[in-house]
Amino acid sequence: MPFIPHTDNDVREMLAAIGARSIDELFDEIPPELRAPPLADTLPALNEMEIARLMRDRAGRDGSWLSFLGAGAYEHHIPAAVWQIVTRGEFYSAYTPYQPEASQGTLQLLYEYQTMMTSLTGLAVTNASLYEGASALAEAMLMAVRAHKSARRIVVPRAVHPMWRRVARTIVRNQGIELLEAAYDKETGQTTPAALEAAARGGDIAAAVVPQANFFGVLEPVDELTDWAQARGAHVIALANPVAMALLKPPGEWGSKGADIAVGDGQPLGAPLAGGGPYFGFMACRKDLVRQMPGRIVGATTDGDGRPGFVLTLQAREQHIRRSKATSNICTNQGLLVAAATVHMALLGPEGLARVARACHANSLDLVSRLTALAGVRRAFSGTFFHEAVLRLPRPAAPVLRALKAQGILGGLDLAGDYPELGHALLVCTTETKDASDLARYAEQLARILSKGTRRSTRASRSR
Amino acid sequence: MLIFERSRAGRRCGAQSPAPAEGRSEIPARYLRAKPPLLPECSELDVVRHYTGLSQKNFSIDTHFYPLGSCTMKYNPRACNALAMLAPFLARHPAAPDDTGQGFLACLYELQEILKQVTGMAEVSLAPLAGAQGEFTGVAMIRAYHDARGDSARREILVPDAAHGTNPASAVMCGYAVREIATDAEGNVDLAALKAAVGPHTAGLMLTNPSTLGVFERHILEMEHIVHEAGGLLYYDGANLNAILGKAKPGDMGFDAIHINLHKTFSTPHGGGGPGAGPVGVNARLVPFLPLPLLAERKGEYRLLDEADRPQSIGRLGAQLGNAGVLLRAYVYARLLGPQGMRRVAEFSTLNANYLMAQLRKAGFEIAFPRRRASHEFIVTLRRLKEETGVTALDVAKRLLDKGFHAPTIYFPLLVPECLLIEPTETESKETLDAFAAAMTEILAEARSDPQRLKTAPHTTPVHRLDDVKAARILDLSWSPGAA
Amino acid sequence: MTTPRELKYTKSHEWVKAEPDGTVTVGITFHAQEQLGDVVFIQPPEVGRRLKQGDECAVIESVKAAADLYAPVSGEVVAVNQEVSDKPERVNQDPYAAWMFRLKPSAPAELETLLDAAGYEKVAAEDKH
Repeated sequence: MPFIPHTDNDVREMLAAIGARSIDELFDEIPPELRAPPLADTLPALNEMEIARLMRDRAGRDGSWLSFLGAGAYEHHIPAAVWQIVTRGEFYSAYTPYQPEASQGTLQLLYEYQTMMTSLTGLAVTNASLYEGASALAEAMLMAVRAHKSARRIVVPRAVHPMWRRVARTIVRNQGIELLEAAYDKETGQTTPAALEAAARGGDIAAAVVPQANFFGVLEPVDELTDWAQARGAHVIALANPVAMALLKPPGEWGSKGADIAVGDGQPLGAPLAGGGPYFGFMACRKDLVRQMPGRIVGATTDGDGRPGFVLTLQAREQHIRRSKATSNICTNQGLLVAAATVHMALLGPEGLARVARACHANSLDLVSRLTALAGVRRAFSGTFFHEAVLRLPRPAAPVLRALKAQGILGGLDLAGDYPELGHALLVCTTETKDASDLARYAEQLARILSKGTRRSTRASRSR
Repeated sequence: MLIFERSRAGRRCGAQSPAPAEGRSEIPARYLRAKPPLLPECSELDVVRHYTGLSQKNFSIDTHFYPLGSCTMKYNPRACNALAMLAPFLARHPAAPDDTGQGFLACLYELQEILKQVTGMAEVSLAPLAGAQGEFTGVAMIRAYHDARGDSARREILVPDAAHGTNPASAVMCGYAVREIATDAEGNVDLAALKAAVGPHTAGLMLTNPSTLGVFERHILEMEHIVHEAGGLLYYDGANLNAILGKAKPGDMGFDAIHINLHKTFSTPHGGGGPGAGPVGVNARLVPFLPLPLLAERKGEYRLLDEADRPQSIGRLGAQLGNAGVLLRAYVYARLLGPQGMRRVAEFSTLNANYLMAQLRKAGFEIAFPRRRASHEFIVTLRRLKEETGVTALDVAKRLLDKGFHAPTIYFPLLVPECLLIEPTETESKETLDAFAAAMTEILAEARSDPQRLKTAPHTTPVHRLDDVKAARILDLSWSPGAA
Repeated sequence: MTTPRELKYTKSHEWVKAEPDGTVTVGITFHAQEQLGDVVFIQPPEVGRRLKQGDECAVIESVKAAADLYAPVSGEVVAVNQEVSDKPERVNQDPYAAWMFRLKPSAPAELETLLDAAGYEKVAAEDKH
């Protein structure tokens, strides 16, 4: 019996101690009409050897790809020590640190994470994670509305990740919060204060979302956008890439007063792509907003003998105490991923993380220049980009991507579905993981594909 | 010592980051940071020693018995971790085309089907990223259902007063008002109170079964009838699914929407606070509202459904596919168990709980619901002990740490004074349970002979009882170089 | 601790003191602070805010609970006790001296609807659990 240690003898003794004749008798409070028959054997049990074989076959089938996909999830080198440390049983199989004396390892690690994250974002306080970036954005919106007290409208640039906007709408919709879309400049790919103003339509707004970099990879004029929003009495919700923040001015230093809340996805800090998760959402805010911030927070304190230690603090905001008046319903967060990010940041340090950011930028400049050297391939936007860029192709991106895929290359994200106004547009990304030969290979294959004309495809395979 | 206190200016891990970029930069100076961020400057050995040392200060399932009620701290099988972390799975980009991930999607699809089967629901979405997100999803789908029928008078969600805090919090996030229903002396929802509370304003009822009090809701079919008659829907909080896995199905009890906590019932790791996963299941009437993405299969090919396929979906809860790595671990676990194995989970977790309850009762502890069977957990109340000796549930919990056991859940559910909610899980042996019962017996004796020892516990952990009042009054949430 | 006879009380454990200048000050009772445990934070209402009797107007937080305060009578908030907001432990140390906010009542007759000390003692006794 997998994972059940009981011998027949154990069972006999235990039933005797209980005073029951069978295990089945212990279920006698369940009405007979609710007792389920044995489950069908459609997916039978496998032993470890068999499931290992199945999983390896499946993984082998999926293979490996030269990928230039970004769009909110980024391939970075994760030092070997990161996952070796965090899959230690003491981190992996520990619980939420509600008994702090038994959890000083986790709690101290979270305090160190909070320190690193407040510095990376330039804001005073941070929590110990939310689920991922998009739902963190939703939580920031709810927080901004709570803090604003009157307005329930939020301006969101169209240049924010379409999935993040969709998630935010799903989560905030039932609380009567209106999301107003602000256009991007067709030439630069940036969002301007004028665009935010046009979206606000003269009414009061609780917050404006300011990404850096935006979904197109373009760097936004964050100072002007921040000042515009705050002059309007709105909170600024910064949406930031954490690796970029090692290089770029952090949200706490935007504009004249700094952003109010910063959120984003921490995946680039030590979480493998893993098909979409688990990642983690980070959130930081101004000191005076801390009681509005959802999620767990760790604080330093001492024990009765004056020894320094760490505890979960400000728990009165959370669901297990405040219940229907809680800042959020969040309970389980993404603790293990935060542990990985902390170790990752500790290994890279400020210089290492900045080098990663610079290498991503340099590589993407290189890739874009190689690809735009091909006939008909042009940058869609003139604005400076961090590590991804939108390219216009001479024909629809979908068949081009299929042809690249046949060569083992995932060429980028087709934007036709979410941004039809951009025409034949492709979002390409390069991180520090690609070298010159990778970029050359992409350029070669794209050149070949574009010069051959569209090959008709008989399979309507879906690419996203 | 903090990692920052180990840092030395200029020290770095030479091999873990790329060489300085030789290419040009197009980023104008005004976008750049003026000062580098405060991150540690350490060698790899510093970092490994530091975090390995920290890990050794933790209790964990791998090191200690962890009878935390309602958390299901069962053993996390190593194969689940190893196989979920096969390189191609780890390397998969979430936006990669479906046909490049058929192996990966096959695992997720099969998990979806297994969860449908074991819960008796019509369809399952793997999207929610935790139990609380599953609850939000369930209530949001209920709301979408009533909205779609133009039934806008339904503004209230009912929860038992013993409900987990995430229940009312989730309902409020969906724009509902919450009304609590009383629990009777036998630990079940008061039927008369429920009847009185339902009406045309009722959107639904959120329930856990077995309840948060550790006992089965015997009148569940009557409750289902009362709520459905009034036009409301039923939501099942799957926190205690471990107690009935394979033995009884929420679908058969009449629930319209459920969530499952994979980090409880399907043994994915708790990771010091997460990640979890909270897949939701629905019956036929709520299928159109399920969150995206959903996995579909046709002629052996797997694909992710989107907004075009499900126009009435409530939307998305995360930008990507859900906590995919957690889902893979749960899939491996489900395959290792198989259908019979899942039933045995319920049988042996229930056996362990009833055995431990019997042993503790014999040792002189007061069981909160003495006439009821334990489900996979049960409650001990120390209110008489507190009156007699001043020793509280908190003191007992802290002293258990000295005895080498993580404490059970304390002060939840709120209804039972000075309570310990104890859930051994099926992966613990009889010897472990006996050792725990012995430790509790020692503590009971100590409470009478030397209560101060308990009130000042724990004594053997890396730190003694910590001042959480100070932590809340003087907020010290991050280190700074100037700090003493 | 005996319940001061000269004060008035609400069922939600606030005490109310009629001040000579016609305003009232509001705090929480001994019983309330005992139930809460060590108070760590107070969120008082804003000065200038107009309240109706029974409105949620403040939050008082301990490590294990966060309780709402309700306006005992209708009126305008004219002052907040900054000293108690800065040192919330005062509420535990001397609950009947640690007033949290001051109201200018708009309907003085409402004061008659409040409980006297004996009436409040009954409420507190029933609340013990």
